[in-house]
Formats: sequence, structure tokens, C-alpha cells
Amino acid sequence: MFKYTVKRLLGAIPTIFIIITVAFFLIRTAPGGPFDKERTVPPEVQANLNAVYHLDDPLWQQYVYYLKNVVQGDFGPSFQYRDYSVTELIGTGFPTSLTLGGIAILLALVLGATLGSIAALYQNSKIDYAVMATAMTGITIPNFVMAPLLTLIFGVYLSWLPVGGWGDSWNQAVLPIIALALPQIAYIARLTRGSMIEVLRSNFIRTARAKGLPHRSVITRHAMKAALLPVVSYLGPAAAAIITGSVVIEQIFGIPGIGRYFVQGALNRDYTLVMGVVIFYGTLIILFNLIVDLLYGYLDPKTRLQ
Amino acid sequence: MTDSIAPDLTPTQETEEVAGKSLWVDALGRLFKNSAALTSMIILTSITLAALLGPLISSHPFDEVYWDFIQAPPDFAAGHIFGTDSNGRDLFVRTLYGIQISLLVGVCATTVSLLIGVIYGAISGYMGGRTDNFMMRFVDILYSMPFMFFVILLMVYFGRNIILIFVALGAVEWLTMARIVRGQALTLKGREFVDAARAMGMTTPGIIRRHIIPNSLGPVVVYVTLTIPQVILVESFLSFLGLGVQEPMTSLGVLISEGAKQMESAPWMLLFPATILAVILFCFNFIGDGLRDALDPRDR
Repeated sequence: MFKYTVKRLLGAIPTIFIIITVAFFLIRTAPGGPFDKERTVPPEVQANLNAVYHLDDPLWQQYVYYLKNVVQGDFGPSFQYRDYSVTELIGTGFPTSLTLGGIAILLALVLGATLGSIAALYQNSKIDYAVMATAMTGITIPNFVMAPLLTLIFGVYLSWLPVGGWGDSWNQAVLPIIALALPQIAYIARLTRGSMIEVLRSNFIRTARAKGLPHRSVITRHAMKAALLPVVSYLGPAAAAIITGSVVIEQIFGIPGIGRYFVQGALNRDYTLVMGVVIFYGTLIILFNLIVDLLYGYLDPKTRLQ
Repeated sequence: MTDSIAPDLTPTQETEEVAGKSLWVDALGRLFKNSAALTSMIILTSITLAALLGPLISSHPFDEVYWDFIQAPPDFAAGHIFGTDSNGRDLFVRTLYGIQISLLVGVCATTVSLLIGVIYGAISGYMGGRTDNFMMRFVDILYSMPFMFFVILLMVYFGRNIILIFVALGAVEWLTMARIVRGQALTLKGREFVDAARAMGMTTPGIIRRHIIPNSLGPVVVYVTLTIPQVILVESFLSFLGLGVQEPMTSLGVLISEGAKQMESAPWMLLFPATILAVILFCFNFIGDGLRDALDPRDR
């Protein structure tokens, strides 16, 4: 187990390294980029750039400097927000994004697994069909369509919930979290249903039933554990999808998280900010995948032995 | 002439010839029996035809401003059946153009991903060994990257033109394709007809082209139908954020984004493009599922 952990950790480093390298050379080769001599930037920004990126040194040295800075968590100054560094901006937005994304993924997990199990237990009944039809809708309709529709129905027509903002009252969080979690709820429900049906047919469930365990504990203690394994391995892609989705959700609901800075930066060609967010989120996704893989190895004895 | 060669096979005898059914004819038959897939194909064909022909027939150009109809609700008398947008342009024609662009992006980007993915996967699977290992590690590394962010990065750096969208999205979507084809190639290369081809002195590129690729097309076709909606989705996502297709050109994502801004005063601007996008995505998903069932009957 320890050897496996070390191996996976060492495997993640080159990936992060590639992300940083690609970002660095993209920014250098971009036409009309921040380091373009034609582009006129305020002298104080140019001075900052010169200082941070050592623009007078050869390219490979600049690359080494950049790498060093990034490793220390310094993504350089923002082009758009002149008084802030990219690191500060990410630091400001991250708690909000983390709260939003964290609750969304927890909701997706709990609700998705529950709905999927129910559908599996009542396979081919009306409940099953209803859950699966809803899941199909949730997967197909993208969240940038779902979010405005939900706002229109629950915010504008029914006036039950506020249509935007963040942090003033708890109910502002309801619509964005639902819009963000919905596709993942749907996907996890489908996944759980599939694996639950398979597990319910397996020998160890028959044994559990044969030795007289009550139906309830057969499901919760035995079947659930095995059925949730594929869901655990889906958590990595789910986190990536939630992070990507949060970009558009934060934009729609006016939530001051990283995603909104990212879109603003992208629209205003704030190169250092965009690059900083890509590296930050990229690393986050890779680390999360790593944790999920290790967790999976821990939960599934079959992979542990190999 | 046939009579003299095969005198035994006269039509009167009971040796009625059974027409050979190829895998594809068989699959197509099953696909047409699947009502969800069939309905989806009909709807999708109608939408495509409407998007291609509609703008030619309609009396409203897609970029003309009607000053008397600024943000007007659907109005059959004036001929604006989807209403107009906040610049007074006919929403029906704009939606049709949006469908054209979205479908174009979907098909082109998928073609790019198909080309890269199939060639890469076939080579990797057929060569095997160290080459395979190296090529697939590379795919694994790319897999764990946040691709949406890289596409946005490309858009920011190289400007927002539509060719770049094709290439960027295609370059993102080929990974799964490569994995699927590799898996197929791995099983195919142990088969007798590949051995026979090799024994006859066929070159490796020849075997890959003549035997490996054509025989792995089944799963590829299924995946293609599932990739198109995915690409349409990503393009709409980018356009929604303002990073995709630019004015006065339009796509479903742009229209939905404009509609979302005006949804309180002009809900039709959101509802029409959003519904059509949802319908298109549903159709592709149903067709993809139908094709999978049709091509692989064991799965049912």
C-alpha cells in the first residue's frame, strides 16, 4: 500500500509539470500576448513583469524562474486587477468556490446513491423508470441551460428563492448548488443503479439472505458497500466536472468565486490570471484523482493485492 | 450462361438462396426497430433540414434589425414566429443559423478527433509492447488534465475564430476514441486473418489500414454519435461564457447566453434556443444508445 501510494504520487508530478510547461510556452508564443513588444502596458506593470519574469534573460532561464515561482505558489501580478497578485485573487475566491463545489458534490453523492439504489431495488417498476428518465434529462441538459431555467421558474415566476448573490442569506445558495449538482446526481444515480443490480445478483448477497439477515441490513451493510465502488472511482471525474461547471454557475448567479475571476480574466485577456487558475485547478484535479485512487485501493481488496 | 455452369440449381428446386446479411445491414435493421432511436433520427433530420433550408426560404435575413420589433414576443402576423431579440433581429432565423453553426462545429470537431483517435489507437494497439505502453501513458497523462480550461486558454491566447474551435475541441476529444480503438486493435491482432495477412507479406501500415481500422469501426461509430453532442455542448459552454463564436455569427450557446440575460422580460429568447439544444442533445444520445444496442446484441 505504501509503495503504491509513493508510486502514484511520483506519477502525479510529471502531469503537473506538463501543465505548467504547456501554460508557460503558450503564454510565450501567443500573438498579441502580454510579452509582446507591440503591446503597450503601463510602465509599472512592465517593470513588475521584468522583475518577475526576468525578461532580459534567455528563455530557458526564464522558464526555470517561472517554475520556481509557481512551485512557491507565486503566479505573478494580475493584468486586470493591478493592485492584486494572482495568488491573492485565487485566495479570495477559493473559499467560496470550495463551499459551493463541496456541498454540490456531497449532495450529488448522497442523493445520487440513494436514488440509484431505490431504482435498482424496484427494477423495472414505475419508480425505476421515473428515476432513470429524470437522470437522462439531468445528464443531457447542460447546467448553463438548467441554471437559467431554474432561476426563471423558482426565482422569477414563483419568487421562492433569490436569483443571485452570495453570502447574505442561506437561500441564495440553493439554486446554484442544485444547478451544479444536478448532472452529477443524475450520473451517480445511473451508475449506482447499474452496479446495485449487478451486486444484488451476486453470491455473497444470496448467502447473506440465506443466513437469515433482514432485508434492510442485507442492502445497507452488504450490497451498498460493493455497489458504491464504481461511484468512488467516478468521484475524480465528478470533481473535475463540478469545477468546470462552477465556472459557468458562478457567472450566472454572480458568485464571487475563482470561476468568475477566471471568466473575467479570459474575456479581458488577463493572461497571468487565466494561467494561474488553470495551473491551480489542474493541480487540484490531479491531487483529487490521486486521493480517490488511493481511497479506491483501500476500499477494494482486489486492487490492493495486485 | 449461368445455366450451363450450374445446372443443378434450377429455381424449381428447394435450394432457395439465403441472402447474406452483413453486420451493418443487420444492425441497421435493429436500429430501425428501436422506436426512440428512429424518432430521434427523424427529428434530427428535420431539424438539420430546417436549419439548412429555413434561412433560404425565410424572408428575414439573420442580421437585419427590425426597429418596430425590438424584443417582440412571438408574432405570427409579422412573421417573427420565435419573436425578436433585444436588437430587433428575427429570432427564428437566428436560431436556425445557430443550429447550423452548432452542428457544423459538432461534426467537424468530431471528424478531427476521429482521425487522430483512430490512427493513434490503431498504431498503439497493433504495435503493442513498449510503443503501446509509451503511447498510452501519454494518453493517461492528457486524460487527467482539466481540458475545458486548456480550451479556454487557447481561446484567450489565439483569439476566437471558428477553425480554432474545431481543432481545439477535436484535439480534446480524441483520447477516448484512441482508447477504444486500441482495445479493438489488441483483440484483432491475434485473429487468424491478421496472421494470414502478415504471412502473405503485407506491411504493417497496410495491415493497420486494411484490417485493424475497418474491423474496429463498430464501437467507433457508436462513440462518434456520442461525441457529437459532447462537442456541441462544449462549444455552447464556451459561447455561453462569451469565449466561442462571435457576433454577428451565432450559435445555440450564444443565443442561450443572450436569452439568459433577458429572461425576465423576454423568456422566449431563452426558451426557444434552450429547448432546441436540449432536443438535439437528446436525439444524439438516443441514437448513440440505439446504435450500441444494435451493433452489440449481447449487451441487451
